[in-house]
Amino acid sequence: MIYLRLYIEFFLTGLFAIGGGLATLPFLEDIGIRTGWYNHEMLADMIAISESTPGAMGINMATYTGFHVGGIFGGIIATLGLITPSIIIILIIAKVFNKFKENKYIQGILTGLRPTSTALIAVACVGILKLVLFKSQICILNFDISLIPNIINLKALGFGIILYLLMKKSKFHPIFWIIISGVIGVVLKI
Amino acid sequence: MTEKIKLIFNLFFTFAKIGAFTFGGGYAMMPILQREIVENKQWATSDELIDYYAIGQCTPGIIAVNTATYIGQKQAGVIGGIFATLGLVFPSIVIIELISKFISNFTSISAVQYAFNGIRVCVGVLILQTVLKLFDSSVKNVFGAVIFFIVFILSIFFDVSPIILIIGASIVGLIATFFENKRT
Repeated sequence: MIYLRLYIEFFLTGLFAIGGGLATLPFLEDIGIRTGWYNHEMLADMIAISESTPGAMGINMATYTGFHVGGIFGGIIATLGLITPSIIIILIIAKVFNKFKENKYIQGILTGLRPTSTALIAVACVGILKLVLFKSQICILNFDISLIPNIINLKALGFGIILYLLMKKSKFHPIFWIIISGVIGVVLKI
Repeated sequence: MTEKIKLIFNLFFTFAKIGAFTFGGGYAMMPILQREIVENKQWATSDELIDYYAIGQCTPGIIAVNTATYIGQKQAGVIGGIFATLGLVFPSIVIIELISKFISNFTSISAVQYAFNGIRVCVGVLILQTVLKLFDSSVKNVFGAVIFFIVFILSIFFDVSPIILIIGASIVGLIATFFENKRT
């Protein structure tokens, strides 16, 4: 019963991977080693595809792995397995949280939680920008102004600044900007 | 009854749309959530959205799924939570299966790489704008600002786990409330 096994493996991943999609990585590695469904190289391919296709990374990885192991149905089963624990746990938490939301102490906790959550999103933002704007780490010691184009992706930087200014001026939907940016990426070879 | 069915369809398709245009992890989803859920549908406020993110960070499962379940549940109960989440994963399943079936070297196609680089710049800029917006709504006083910068520095320079930061900040918030009560 490969489907049942897929469901259980991904159910456990969903249950124990706390945090973003990247938190599922060690679990996927472990599944590959234990089951022999895929090796390290294939896992690297899966990550690359999951990152460059729409959808949250963790979900994409589950679908891709499931598909690889058990075809179309396998992809569906693995994904459902991954999201089942989330759904159950969040439904319970949501019920409890909504009940006690007005409580003074819960409100107190939220005053600490909200800036933290925002700060973590800011960190994620810096991480993404760093990834696209910097090409490679070059030793600071022999730094030379002429090396800048080798370190910073100037096209991406210019494009980012223009995008930022355009977005500030107009109210287009984020999806519009994402599509346009994909097209511009191909045209300008960013 | 038909109203509820309509709402559930609405949840499914709204989250399917969000899932189809999220590139990266749950954080990349934030700008679209902000626009669709907070501004267009008004299913949650900005503050609620970041509460869900914080809860999603320290509960099992991936943040994107947790947030979808939460918002769906709030709108239409358990069924709403389930359908919002199924909506979110639906595009992933279709797209990934199509790609893995028909295109064997997807990531090595240079056009894909260029398009993705362009999208990544865009997602970074979108999140930057969202952060600036969230900063205004979530950091209301000096206390909030201090927590924001401490967490930012601990996370970016010292790589402290988000779970520890969230639990720590909750405790600090709780203690602060105790002291405020004593004073008044």
